[in-house]
Amino acid sequence: MSTTVKTLAVAGAVAAALSAHATTATAAEKEKCYGVSLAGQNDCAAGPGTTCAGTSTVDYQGNAWKLVDAGTCVDMELPALADGTPRVGSLEVLERDLPAS
Amino acid sequence: MSVTQSDFRGAIMDGGKDRPEGLSDAKGHPAGRRFDVYRNNVAVSLTDALATGFPTIAKLIGTENFNAIAGVFLRQSPPSSPMMMHYGEGFPEFLEGFEPLAHLGYLADVARLELAMRRAYHAADAEPINPDALSALPPERLTELVMTFAPAVSLLRSPWPIHAIWAFNMQDGPKPQGISQDVIILRPGFDPEPHALNAGAYEFITALMAGGTLGAAAAVATDDAPNFDLSATLGLLLTGNALNSIDLPS
Amino acid sequence: MFDSQSTPSKLPNRPGVGYKPQHYADLIEDPGTVSWLEIHAENYMGDGGRPIAQLRQLSERFPISVHGVGLSIGGEGALDADHLARLKHLVDWLNPTVFSEHLAWSTHDGAFLNDLLPLPYTDATLQRVCDHINQLQDTINRQMMLENPSSYLAFDESTWSEPDFLREVASRTGCGLLLDVNNVFVSATNLNYDPRAYINEYPLECVGEIHLGGHDEDEDDHGKPLLIDSHGAPIVDPVWALLDHTLSLSGEKPILIEWDTDVPDWATLHDEALRADAALAKIATGVAA
Repeated sequence: MSTTVKTLAVAGAVAAALSAHATTATAAEKEKCYGVSLAGQNDCAAGPGTTCAGTSTVDYQGNAWKLVDAGTCVDMELPALADGTPRVGSLEVLERDLPAS
Repeated sequence: MSVTQSDFRGAIMDGGKDRPEGLSDAKGHPAGRRFDVYRNNVAVSLTDALATGFPTIAKLIGTENFNAIAGVFLRQSPPSSPMMMHYGEGFPEFLEGFEPLAHLGYLADVARLELAMRRAYHAADAEPINPDALSALPPERLTELVMTFAPAVSLLRSPWPIHAIWAFNMQDGPKPQGISQDVIILRPGFDPEPHALNAGAYEFITALMAGGTLGAAAAVATDDAPNFDLSATLGLLLTGNALNSIDLPS
Repeated sequence: MFDSQSTPSKLPNRPGVGYKPQHYADLIEDPGTVSWLEIHAENYMGDGGRPIAQLRQLSERFPISVHGVGLSIGGEGALDADHLARLKHLVDWLNPTVFSEHLAWSTHDGAFLNDLLPLPYTDATLQRVCDHINQLQDTINRQMMLENPSSYLAFDESTWSEPDFLREVASRTGCGLLLDVNNVFVSATNLNYDPRAYINEYPLECVGEIHLGGHDEDEDDHGKPLLIDSHGAPIVDPVWALLDHTLSLSGEKPILIEWDTDVPDWATLHDEALRADAALAKIATGVAA
């Protein structure tokens, strides 16, 4: 099915977006901490000592791997998809249609 | 005897290998754990780079697991360039194929979101359009409008609630529900922001990015989701400074 | 050989600090005694965003020293052409006061190991290092400075002492030298020689910049001290004393405080810069070290 989006609908939506944008106060530029800014920095310092990180041979064999401590994943119940079919789209659908044309 | 850099690298990356011969302390003893300083530097610095680059993954599986998994990844995929800001580009695919974590199917897509945030942080700057330019256009021709996007903007589509998982871990957001989520990464100033997209918005923005007109993109989106909210989606693009040019082809 | 008539340093003979983004606001508000900044080249090779914007602003207020940490000048293989191009791009737009890199390798066979790895000092490695420095200096069309490493072990095959090796590199390529006094102390302790004797042999006339940083203490298999160049702690008193010794021979030099891990607050870092200031003042007023 192909939908022809009417000129009036588009014009109305653009106008609504612009008026909403105009009333949104622009926050002053201030660094927000999303954990991005210092990711992947190069430096010329050495790591701490001769600790085991460099010498421990990482030994994992399939299912023998044990999750040794618990992260936040245990707080979420998100089972694997039953049918393996990717779900697309979004749950948070706004209950508002395009302006009627 | 001569120690080649190939020997050196091999022994650094495999703690089970013998240390190269021909390396000594001041008294002529074999270097022993002096060599392990380099083994440690490489492993720790690359693990730290991954942990700072993928903080949500580290929180999801816990620091100890993350460090162990990073140890596997860094040995099979050391950086291919000195630009540490890009290290870990293969981490999502690695997580996808890492059998012990197969039960956490969302990890790879969450890692993709974190990579996209990092790319956005370093993306080229672009002057956003002035929204007044949009209101100056003749309303009857708005369907013909085409636009280009700032280099920092990118889209992600996942069968998992990747935005909610990110927000739960990084922003004290509510517990994620079992839904799929499309995400747009915006960078209104210098800080990348992930936003969950409403139904149809992914199709809409994809069509615009491919050079489609506003009218055609809105039609594609409405085909996909009859309740597609054009106004809200345009509003998101405007406040996120996502657009850097608009044009009415003559 | 790079044809340079310039003196190794155009940086002021004052304290500088390694720039960390978390200190941006402090630096803009009041840099105190800090007179110049050093950045790691690789962190400013993105296409845009905050890092580049901050660097642009800082470069309008401070002389900038660009310190490369990833070129692998001591590598057996050819220099990474893409990386050379990125360095050239950075140096071209920023026009920093100086550029420096390390006597070390970090890339081999396509893998970048993110550490400054050691090389033996032989005729063959000397030639290779000189070839790479010539290539770099020709590419960026300016003189570079080469930094002495922290050593944790020695190569049995080495036939040159480190100061002689560096002197020969400087003489063959026309490059300047960056003397890291903490690295001298770390290497001398680890390899059991007298750090002052090293400084006495060092070609100080080629030195355009001095580095100071903190180190960690560990032990080798025989219980001997093994110092690690962590840049994550205050500079220790014996390193300050070695700085005094160096300055008494070299005269005033630009001095950089490096603190890269467990980065402290601005006040703590600035205190280290004040101490470097005091060391420079002693030289200027002729008080012997």
